Amino acid sequence: MQSVKSTAAPPRRLLASLGLDARLVFMVAAIAGIWIVFHVLTGGIFLTARNLWNLSVQTASVGVMVSGMVLIIVMRNIDLSIGSILGFTGMFMAVVNTQLFSQNTWWAALLTLLLGLLLGVLVGVIQGTWIAVLGVPSFIVTLGGLLIFRGGAWLLTSGQTVAPLSESFQILGGGLNGSIGGLWSWFVGAAIMVAILWADVRVYQQRARRGLPNRSVALQALLTGASLLLVLAFVLVMNSYADPRSGLPRGMPVPVLLMLGVTAIMMWVVRATRFGRYVFAYGGNPEAARLAGINTRRLTIMVFGLMGLLAALAGAIQSARLNAGTNSTGTLAELSVIAAAVIGGTSLSGGTGSIPGAFLGAILMASLINGMLLLDLPSAWQNVVQGLVLMLAVTLDVLVQQRRAK
Amino acid sequence: MSLATGVPLIETRGIFKSFGGIHALENVSVALAPGEVLGLLGHNGAGKSTLIKMLSGAYTADAGQILMNGQEVRLTSPRTAQNLGIETIYQNLALADNLDVAANIFLGRELLRGGVLDEDTMELESRKVLDRLKVNLPDLKKPVFNLSGGQRQCIAISRAIYFKAKVLIMDEPTAALGPQETAQVNELILSLRQEGVGIFLISHDLHDVFDLADRVTVMKNGKVVGSALTSQISQDEVLEMIIAGKLPRREVLTP
Ligand SMILES: Nc1ncnc2c1ncn2[C@@H]1O[C@H](COP(=O)(O)OP(=O)(O)O)[C@@H](O)[C@H]1O
Ligand SMILES: [Mg+2]
Repeated sequence: MQSVKSTAAPPRRLLASLGLDARLVFMVAAIAGIWIVFHVLTGGIFLTARNLWNLSVQTASVGVMVSGMVLIIVMRNIDLSIGSILGFTGMFMAVVNTQLFSQNTWWAALLTLLLGLLLGVLVGVIQGTWIAVLGVPSFIVTLGGLLIFRGGAWLLTSGQTVAPLSESFQILGGGLNGSIGGLWSWFVGAAIMVAILWADVRVYQQRARRGLPNRSVALQALLTGASLLLVLAFVLVMNSYADPRSGLPRGMPVPVLLMLGVTAIMMWVVRATRFGRYVFAYGGNPEAARLAGINTRRLTIMVFGLMGLLAALAGAIQSARLNAGTNSTGTLAELSVIAAAVIGGTSLSGGTGSIPGAFLGAILMASLINGMLLLDLPSAWQNVVQGLVLMLAVTLDVLVQQRRAK
Repeated sequence: MSLATGVPLIETRGIFKSFGGIHALENVSVALAPGEVLGLLGHNGAGKSTLIKMLSGAYTADAGQILMNGQEVRLTSPRTAQNLGIETIYQNLALADNLDVAANIFLGRELLRGGVLDEDTMELESRKVLDRLKVNLPDLKKPVFNLSGGQRQCIAISRAIYFKAKVLIMDEPTAALGPQETAQVNELILSLRQEGVGIFLISHDLHDVFDLADRVTVMKNGKVVGSALTSQISQDEVLEMIIAGKLPRREVLTP
């Protein structure tokens, strides 16, 4: 339902007949291409366990936020304030963690996080209410938010950097103590594999029993097998990067687990809940959604609240990783997130978008930045490339829309 | 059944509505009996769409009453109207293009199992109701974006039928359709009427209205000109009412 609508060109038709989303296949291919090019350019550094581990941590912040941005854009809105909300809530959590809950205990870290998430939701709900109730375009409200919350991040400490944070809180950033180790990574990987297997088999059986169309058994087995292999490869890579102090495998970083968790939950929200269904209905035809009895104001407020929550989670991850609250954390993050969402097939004209696509978009953006860092390109070049990628992605979207309109 | 023999299924009394300075509706009273098809006629801007949006809960009246089976009802939102069995098929084909057939039929009233969308049951139920309407759509999991106007209209109608409409409001249901699809929708209207559904039919096509409707009500500039049984009035006389707002000389008008 929320896949790309296409006027089926032959390769797309082939993929569609296999029950595959052309966009996702294309993106996986693009990411593979980028990885190989960087691997060659960096003289064999890119595709090492150590770099892939770093890449996964670097993806986490954008990856956590991008699914929220998909819902925002699907509803024909935009949120330009998320980089500033990230910075504001990150600074807030740093202050709370150093002044209010400075004990190095898991519950102090958790309370810090919860307060930060609450602040994020609150900020998002206020912006959403402004947009939904007063009817001010989201572009303007969140542009105001971009300035306000960046200013707020400075004002919280008059520009002072707050450091260090408690070790328990740093776990969220995936630093030295922020991975779950080899054994737990195997447990988590095994749990994910069992879940995939169980879900695929169950859906298949249920549809077969009720006489609904299905993929062929061989193709379904192939796809399920590929998913399982991907998880296996992920665990192997994460466990091949050893902690330099102890020599033990690091395993999955906590922020990456958070990103995977958020992505899985958001995929479920879109596919299985009324809320997700209504977001897409509104994006497809706001008037139809309203006439069908959907409370579209509340829907808009909820989506912006959710975006605020995810931006605050990214704020926790970034601050914990830096081991500091700074007033510039998250600057320009909104652009990477919007680019990732659009590359992943979210259309700015609303109604179309996919969470897995956006997740791949986040990996693609992070890969570009990671590769440029490895190549020692100055950050000015990183901005130029990110800007170009954003424009390219939107241009593709516009071309697709135009072709469809014909 | 006709109005003479009982309480109307739905009725408006003295409805007023203005947008800024424009009086879209002035003292509008109409009534509909169970199993009756009422043609609602009038030029563009006569107030037909505004009246039916009132009945479907999309607008609220400035003054006046709406009664169902003699009881006053307050239609404060589209959901309240739906809960009372008033289903509307809008002029502009109110479907979400990006959603599939089943999602559109159940939009706003999704079937849940354990708090989660029950996609399979919705797909099966959609298939059943579409079969009943003899609508052939091979894949209900495809977005409705590619479907023809007629197929889309059938989806809108299936929605009304699945949720057991007592009052069905159709605003220009065949305006965007070809002749064959129009015939299909018209057939559907007659079979629903047989089942006792009361139908408001807004249409520009006088022939269609005379074929389908038991009675017509003509509006002009936000006011009701008059109502008459189609069996007792000619198309020319109705045309006069629409264009000039002039009542025929003979005694054919009903309340
Ligand atoms: N939402 C609105 N805002 C302002 N004016 C409106 C609105 N809806 C209808 N009108 C006005 O009310 C009058 C009746 O319109 P409408 O009910 O659409 O007529 P019809 O459906 O008979 O063509 C017109 O003059 C129209 O311009
Ligand atoms: Mg109209």
